[in-house]
Amino acid sequence: MTGLNPTNEQRSSGAAASALAIELVGINKHFGPVHANKDIHLAVKRGTVHGIVGENGAGKSTLMSILYGFYTADSGTILVDGVAHEITDSRHALALGIGMVHQHFMLVDNFTVLENVVLGAEDSALLTPTLNRARGHLKDLARDYGLDIDPDAIVGNLSVGQQQRVEILKALYRGAETLILDEPTGVLTPAEADHLFRILGKLRAEGKTIILITHKLREIMAITDEVSVMRQGEMVETLPTADTSPEHLAELMVGRRVLLRVEKGAAKPGKVLLEVENLVVTDDFGTPRVKGVNFQVRAGEIVGIAGVAGNGQSELLESIAGMRDQKSGTIRVNGNPLSLEGDDGAARARKAGLAHVPEDRLRMGLITNFAAWENAILGYQGKYGDGPALDIAKARATAQDYMKKFDVRPAALDLKTANFSGGNQQKLVLAREMERDPDVLVVGQPTRGVDIGAIEFIHNQIIKMRDAGKAILLVSVELDEIRSLSDRILVIFDGQIVGEADPATADETELGLRMTGSHTDNVVTEPGTLPEHETPVQQTLVEMSPKDNSGRDTN
Amino acid sequence: MTPLPRWADVVLLPLLNVTLAFLVGGLIVLSVGQNPLQAVGIMLYGAFGYGSGFGYTLYYTTDFIFAGLAVSLAYHAGLFNIGPEGQAYVGGLGVILIGLALNGMHWALVFPLMIICGAMFGAAWAFIPGYLQAKRGSHVVITTIMFNFIAVSMMGFIISRILKPEGVNSDESAPLEAITRVPQLRGFIELFRNSPVNLTFFLAIAALFFVYWLIWRTKFGYSVRALGNNPVAANYAGISNQKMIMIIMALAGAFAAMVAVNNVGGVQGRLILNFVNGAGFVGIAVAFMGKGHPIGVGLSALLFGMLYQGGQELAFQMPGITREMIVTIQALVILFTGAMGDMMRGPLSRMFFQPDAAAGDK
Repeated sequence: MTGLNPTNEQRSSGAAASALAIELVGINKHFGPVHANKDIHLAVKRGTVHGIVGENGAGKSTLMSILYGFYTADSGTILVDGVAHEITDSRHALALGIGMVHQHFMLVDNFTVLENVVLGAEDSALLTPTLNRARGHLKDLARDYGLDIDPDAIVGNLSVGQQQRVEILKALYRGAETLILDEPTGVLTPAEADHLFRILGKLRAEGKTIILITHKLREIMAITDEVSVMRQGEMVETLPTADTSPEHLAELMVGRRVLLRVEKGAAKPGKVLLEVENLVVTDDFGTPRVKGVNFQVRAGEIVGIAGVAGNGQSELLESIAGMRDQKSGTIRVNGNPLSLEGDDGAARARKAGLAHVPEDRLRMGLITNFAAWENAILGYQGKYGDGPALDIAKARATAQDYMKKFDVRPAALDLKTANFSGGNQQKLVLAREMERDPDVLVVGQPTRGVDIGAIEFIHNQIIKMRDAGKAILLVSVELDEIRSLSDRILVIFDGQIVGEADPATADETELGLRMTGSHTDNVVTEPGTLPEHETPVQQTLVEMSPKDNSGRDTN
Repeated sequence: MTPLPRWADVVLLPLLNVTLAFLVGGLIVLSVGQNPLQAVGIMLYGAFGYGSGFGYTLYYTTDFIFAGLAVSLAYHAGLFNIGPEGQAYVGGLGVILIGLALNGMHWALVFPLMIICGAMFGAAWAFIPGYLQAKRGSHVVITTIMFNFIAVSMMGFIISRILKPEGVNSDESAPLEAITRVPQLRGFIELFRNSPVNLTFFLAIAALFFVYWLIWRTKFGYSVRALGNNPVAANYAGISNQKMIMIIMALAGAFAAMVAVNNVGGVQGRLILNFVNGAGFVGIAVAFMGKGHPIGVGLSALLFGMLYQGGQELAFQMPGITREMIVTIQALVILFTGAMGDMMRGPLSRMFFQPDAAAGDK
């Protein structure tokens, strides 16, 4: 069997009979006591983009895994092109023309694009004939769908957006007629997301069917024809996208009215609590990523750092939090310069009154193998107990308190942290960092991978901190989030602050251009708010030729 | 895959693995024309059946507990310490030096000093790979293996050129006087006559409790486990990865050195060439079979103690079963409990959860 002609007989038999590419009837799935899918009905019309939205744990991924053959449903029927099939594994799903692009890519980093595409679909023991044929095939696909990519590039050197295109190519090469995309834009920059949507549009125009799983309602509104909403394992409603609104969808998802806009009063900035002067930070390979940054954050204000991922925000954040040695420059918390020698700078930063919600909670903010109560004291472990012994009772009491205040569910102290949903993990991190009453809070991607309901809660907590007179530095790749939370926006590009904007008046297009370094005139909304040692924007822009940033945000 | 219930993970799975190892071992015994049931009987009798045999089992167990803890401690910090063999060997130097310096003094004074001095030597030896790992990024797996070899050469030189008294033919140090040696239990308990088990055994039991307390009940242990589970998060938490690595490696070396207290101080009364004799390497298997937990380490140390003592008895009693065959059986235990320890997890998990899923449908 070859990857090129996946059993056309199987597929075409019912094709004429049905306008539905996929139909799921009465799907049920249990995981132990959890009823992950409850009697799900779903009809996906051929040649459409069908969105599936729902909070984390609503059952979207389970449903798609059943369709893709990862799981077998306890009961229910799957119809592909009007014909019922028992999909036993993903190979079978592919043979039926169903392809999936996973949230986390399944690529071999040190293989070329071409090798990745044919991997598992080789025609024979000799690789060359397959590769030659695949090369021609890829060229056709690139022409038809705008999936331009160098077949000989090493996948590890590609940007995330390009790697995703390789995943799509893999599915198409195997003859996919229906493509499932699981949270495809979670890792993409706005420009890459736009590119993806153009590709999806072309795929639809060519008659392919696309199932898009996402929790970003704007994307649903922008690209889908129909949208299905899931909540707690049930299919709530399927409706044409044109007949709905983000507010309505959010309500369906959460089961109550959700405020998509953050409501906050005016900031009352006080004294400077966080001061960054001429900061230069290098990454693990010695490449400078933050190149002379200056700014201040005052008590009672939120300063947002807007920028495309990979422009030095992560290094800036980690450096301020004491996790990364600065090359030169000064960071002052409460007027006291932080000494960041050695590899326990984070402890000293905390002592100085700084709390840090890291960008990547799983890699940095939590130890997923630890029980919830153990993570509730991470970074503050020294404060529990006077001697060498850890005061476990006190730690557990604190954890219980955090879980109650921040509505962490389930409120199970001994549950392994890995088993909490993303939103609840994030709430645990936020509780830990906020409840210690720091003077300065630096927050990275506070709502990445978090449900809509939890986003609202987290945003409100951040506003509450601000109103309590804390200085907050916010880094996010979600421009909406920066705009709605911040009192001031600093735009970072290539390790430098290239402008400052007032969120109330800033224009999204201008911000976007500035973030990509391609803006050519001075649009700083209030020139007076720039610190005097700030690099003049005009000069910065002349120095920086627009450069391709796409290869650097691969983390 | 659905995780197993805790009791199945901790008790049933290891038991199943050991059983499998013995089944395969039994087939091998059968294939050379011997009776496997009889062999098992001799082995068990040799290890537990009479006082002296049981004493030997506990003596070996003592060694394996210390070596196992030396590996486990480092393992909790995410480090794979393959060096207890060398650390115990160098620890022996500390034990004999203090012993000879205070030769003739009462053991009640010398025993604690042997522990301290041996621990310092073992810790110093293990600190070097720790330092190289922390500051230079040289992997401890590589450096601790190399340090085992360096220890062999260095100790060989020291024993045969410096410590060996005039007129002695074998490579060993001068002996300690009886009163200075760690007392053996046979002096107090008739059951253990003719066996070398000594006070160090109780030190080993205490060490198991201590390690449990240290790892799960102290701030230090919290930091160690944070580092072992996620070094980036540990850095985020303000824990100095470098300091922790050096401290935990030194501590591991100190524990390994207690093997020397057991052997040099408690049995031989002198420092003999290559006295560790593989106990340090067995510690690696013990630690992995015991999953780094003191209870597991204690039990698997006992299992290996039994295999050692019972195996020697077996080689003696059944001439058809050679020493090599016993090593094979020991290797099978390591293979099934260590390298293939998770082999039965899948089937076991299915057995546990199939009925559950069906029940959920109702």
